[in-house]
Amino acid sequence: MIETVLFWIFAVLAVLGGAGVVLSRSPLNGAMSLVGAFFALAGLYLLLSAQLLAALQVLVYAGAIMVLFLFVIMLLNVGADEVRQERIGPIRGGVATLTSLAALALVGREFLRIRFPFARPPSDFGTVAAVGRVLFSDFTLPFEATSLLLLAGILGAVVVAKGKI
Amino acid sequence: MVSPAAYLIVGAILFALGLFGVLARRNALTIFMSVELMLNAANLTFLTFARHPLRGPPSLDGHAIAFFVIAVAAAEAAVGLAVIIAVFRTRGTVEVDALRTLRN
Repeated sequence: MIETVLFWIFAVLAVLGGAGVVLSRSPLNGAMSLVGAFFALAGLYLLLSAQLLAALQVLVYAGAIMVLFLFVIMLLNVGADEVRQERIGPIRGGVATLTSLAALALVGREFLRIRFPFARPPSDFGTVAAVGRVLFSDFTLPFEATSLLLLAGILGAVVVAKGKI
Repeated sequence: MVSPAAYLIVGAILFALGLFGVLARRNALTIFMSVELMLNAANLTFLTFARHPLRGPPSLDGHAIAFFVIAVAAAEAAVGLAVIIAVFRTRGTVEVDALRTLRN
């Protein structure tokens, strides 16, 4: 019962946040909606007993990545008049609506058709210890490759954003 | 108990919203945030199938994949925002319609 109530709260918040990102005129409002959507998604992760991923969602996404976004939005400070001018034209809006609705219908139909068997997770499912064990046994190579990717990301960001080195 | 399909539908709705944002909006920052939304929708789907697999016991492989998606998104955000800053510095705008050098 409590799970159902929490699910609906988080699901509605996530969808509203997502709609806010897409529909808000100013990128700043969109970024704040996205933070809300990320928090709601973290709640959904918790309901799926993914504790570690929920914590990472709040720390990395809602924390680090969104701070970076807000930093850039405020740094660029794109003029308010420019933001007001953005109107979604009928052709562009129609094509985008049709495409996304078609994707939603195709995927949603398949999702609704699935019959899920009852699965009982082990008691430590989704904890830091359990996920860490998987990351450092089955996924050791991708895990190490991630560190290289992040290093490349740091270097790439510095090289691209800095005018002169 | 909430059906696993409900979580999948929420993920599909978020993905569709992100797709709409990528296709319809012109502000590079908004497009970028829509991409992040789509990545999160995919993550929600991964975690749902990790908890409720179609056969066999629940597996943590989906959690590992979601972890890597978050790491890749972090790297992508750093580089992508750097590109947006560089574009703004040379063009003075972040509207993607203004970027048509390769078209002429």
